Amino acid sequence: MGSPVNRDDIARLATDFYSLLESFKQTPFYHLIFEIFLILTVLWLVCFRKPRPIAKKLTEKEKQELIDEWQPEPLVPPVDTNHPALNVRVLDGIVGKTIEIDGRKSLNFATFNFLNFVGNQRIADKAIQAVQKYGVGSCGPRGFYGTIDIHLELEERLARFFNFEEGIIYSYGFSTIASIIPAYSKRNDILFVDEGIHYAIQKGVEASRSTVKWFRHNDINDLERLLAEQDKHDKKNPKKASTIRRFLIIEGLYMNYGDICPLPRMVELKYKYKYRIFMDESVSFGTIGQTGRGVTEYHNVDRQKIDLISSTLEYSVGSIGGFAVGSSFVIDHQRLSAQGYCFSASLPPLLAAAAIEALNIMDEENSGLFETLMDKSKRLHKKLLDIKGYRVLGEDISPLKHLSLANSLNTIGRLEYIVEFAQTRGITITIARYLNDEHHLPEPSIRLILNVEMTDEELEFLCTVLQEALVKVTA
Amino acid sequence: MAKNSPKQKNKSYSNIGFNTPVPEHPSLNEVYEDTPFSEAFWTYLNYVILNIFGWFRDLLRNARIENRKGSAENNPPGFVPLYQSYESFYTRNVYQRIADCFNRPIGSVPGGTLDLLERVTDDYNWSFNFTGDKVKTINLGSYNYLGFANNSGQIAENVINSIKTSGVSAASAAQECGTLTQHRKLESLLAEFLGTEDAIAFGMGFATNALNIPTLVGKGCLILSDELNHTSLVLGSRLSGAVIKVYKHNDMIHLEKLLRDYIVSGQPRTHRPWRKILIIVEGVYSMEGSLCKLPELIELKKKYKAFLYLDEAHSIGAMGSRGRGVVDYWKCDVNDVDILMGTFTKSFAAAGGYIAGKKELIDHIRIASHAQTYAVSMSPPVVEQVISVLNLLIDENEEHEGRQKINQLAWNTHYFRQRLTKMGFIVYGHPHSPVVPALLYSPSKIAAFNREMLKRGVAVVTVGFPATPLVLGRVRFCLSASHTKEMLDEVLKHAEEVGDLLNMRKSKLNPKRPFHETEL
Repeated sequence: MGSPVNRDDIARLATDFYSLLESFKQTPFYHLIFEIFLILTVLWLVCFRKPRPIAKKLTEKEKQELIDEWQPEPLVPPVDTNHPALNVRVLDGIVGKTIEIDGRKSLNFATFNFLNFVGNQRIADKAIQAVQKYGVGSCGPRGFYGTIDIHLELEERLARFFNFEEGIIYSYGFSTIASIIPAYSKRNDILFVDEGIHYAIQKGVEASRSTVKWFRHNDINDLERLLAEQDKHDKKNPKKASTIRRFLIIEGLYMNYGDICPLPRMVELKYKYKYRIFMDESVSFGTIGQTGRGVTEYHNVDRQKIDLISSTLEYSVGSIGGFAVGSSFVIDHQRLSAQGYCFSASLPPLLAAAAIEALNIMDEENSGLFETLMDKSKRLHKKLLDIKGYRVLGEDISPLKHLSLANSLNTIGRLEYIVEFAQTRGITITIARYLNDEHHLPEPSIRLILNVEMTDEELEFLCTVLQEALVKVTA
Repeated sequence: MAKNSPKQKNKSYSNIGFNTPVPEHPSLNEVYEDTPFSEAFWTYLNYVILNIFGWFRDLLRNARIENRKGSAENNPPGFVPLYQSYESFYTRNVYQRIADCFNRPIGSVPGGTLDLLERVTDDYNWSFNFTGDKVKTINLGSYNYLGFANNSGQIAENVINSIKTSGVSAASAAQECGTLTQHRKLESLLAEFLGTEDAIAFGMGFATNALNIPTLVGKGCLILSDELNHTSLVLGSRLSGAVIKVYKHNDMIHLEKLLRDYIVSGQPRTHRPWRKILIIVEGVYSMEGSLCKLPELIELKKKYKAFLYLDEAHSIGAMGSRGRGVVDYWKCDVNDVDILMGTFTKSFAAAGGYIAGKKELIDHIRIASHAQTYAVSMSPPVVEQVISVLNLLIDENEEHEGRQKINQLAWNTHYFRQRLTKMGFIVYGHPHSPVVPALLYSPSKIAAFNREMLKRGVAVVTVGFPATPLVLGRVRFCLSASHTKEMLDEVLKHAEEVGDLLNMRKSKLNPKRPFHETEL
């Protein structure tokens, strides 16, 4: 303990302190600023700066060790030899109303041959003429001498069939819609997509890198809810909203479910919320409507209100390829920016000739093809419902139906058994095949497709066989 | 432009280039001559002028002083415009001026000669009218390397028979009811031709890449892809979800550096080791005419345990002494390439694509491929065309058609390239590749060369930006076994005339000489 603090000491301290303060007033201004700055820097270094980790640099030896140690996975995962894809039925001859497997004939309810154009004599003759004039391949993309006059004719006929300004054809059905969507919809745009769409459309949506809003299958209320949400979001930032394009992607007749989209309400909402409609009519082209012009005819909607209709030449037309129709403003853009069109060889002329002849047959005035098809579909639907034990998905006028067993009974194993049994009785049907990375994997089902030339007796026979199969599989 | 200098080896990480296996016949080096300074200058000036005019015309169109040509939007106002105007600036102002050089319709077999439908335009290429006449030209634009595009002969007879017996389509997916006996026959014949265990065929070449690369690689994998790879490969890589890194065209040193760096650093952010590494290359690159360096690639792939995907769209049938592609050309072992892919559109004059390799690979693709599950299987007459051509090519007899065509193509390539180079054109690519690009540089020359050759009866393909780098517009001659020596001589004479008109023959390595002095 030092000497007791007395008044003199305190006075001295006070004087010292006072002179310290006085000296502050006498220092140059810059010195003061500099000192304050230093103090603040020290404070910041101590309190706020996080220590940065020192980056490790690997030596060459360590790098070589890492490279030597690294083992890749095998290129492909082990393969199950019993997988159905490795044990498919191999067919022979024309895959028309009847098909031949290992020398035995059976009725064909499995292929997309709605109008029975596969094997049609007129179409075959025109295809042969095209081979005799143009050969087989077109040997080039559309931009470099791959455009043949028969392609231009087919595009014009398709546009005329739908009463649109222009059409464009692709050489592969899968790539059609998968190339169209990325050509219009880019990273900043919004796509409102039905959950139940076909895999090819899902790939197109994925390739576009746009924001995707899925709505429940055929649920117009869910779509309205999403649109209202987006609208509210837009009102907060109208400048940004005026640069975002919106598209509605739907199918006319859904391949995975067999039901038709509620088009009139969707067209109403189009003008309210200002989006464009791209409709894929792969299944409904040539099957729905009085003259086979699809869902727009069935619902009696003005076709010009749909911005783009895409479809395929592989189902009812019985050729290969795909196409899109719309106004020139919309379609012309694809000629330079759709990847599947610009960077791929064009459709072989014989397939284009086959498609033109098929369109000729469809255009004939009194064929009554489409009414017959819708009629038979209705009758088949009723017969299937009469069997009692199958769940039948699909509209009654749709020639594509999905059959499945009730609830917990519905397994692929049982459905495979039904398919095999039907084959032994002379009926060919197929299970709808999907990949596991579908966005919304549908329930296992048998996809039944009606050929317009099937007679009533044949439909009866089908139902009898299905009935027997049902009894056997639930026993 | 890449220079061919062996002196670059001081940066090698391994002994690539010193101990690489030497193929049986010497591979001639590819030469890429430097762009002459004057050409680069005039080309840039060309683009600047086009841009100024384009901007000015857009101004006039927006002010409604000039009529807007082309179509207009159908929907009432209030919709967000479908196209941004700056995105289509190039289309409106540069492409539209030379649009008559592209999308020319033809009216005959795309063989050695071609019948073009004559068209005229009243409004500067915004719309075309057909006069109804046909112009007969020599065809240097179609991918008809082996000359099998024919509308008569044994192959056409087979195709016609197959239409009668199997129809035009099966209308079902391959996994459902679309597999025909012809498809199986095609696949086994293809495996025999290529020397692999198994093969699988699809209906479209573009879709073969875009739909099957996602089944081989996925998230957590690395794809090393060449700079100049085709759009279908890029699309397939993007859809797979793997990390994509691009290496400089044919630069094995850069590729090795990338391999080393990425194996060491692992996946981005998590630094987990990669699941797989896939190197994607093409056999013959269609815009450059260059070959991939296969022996070096195989050595690299073995050293770093990566997988190799070889896209032989242009090289199958056209390269190699037996027509079996670049693997045959470089005399490599076909089992070293993990995935062999190719198309039937070019040398086979059909349509479609294939993948070949080990049986496990093909079985996996049969199960998991998008095309096998959802897309309609190949059309039977097209399958028949490929089968007939394969039968001819497998036949080793030198007297028969298959070998004759392969030899004819090789002779045509050698002859044409030699004489074209000696005449002073700047030619890119490998001396043995049937794709012959000669440089034009500026966009105006692209249009002029095309139109002048058409006037003289030769149909060529000229390309500019964006298919090629900005300054390097070019004309690409596609040789075919159906061209005779007389046809090639005629083309060379016309090219000499037009080359002089456009002042193209400015090669420093091969100073220009007149046609008659370049006899082999």
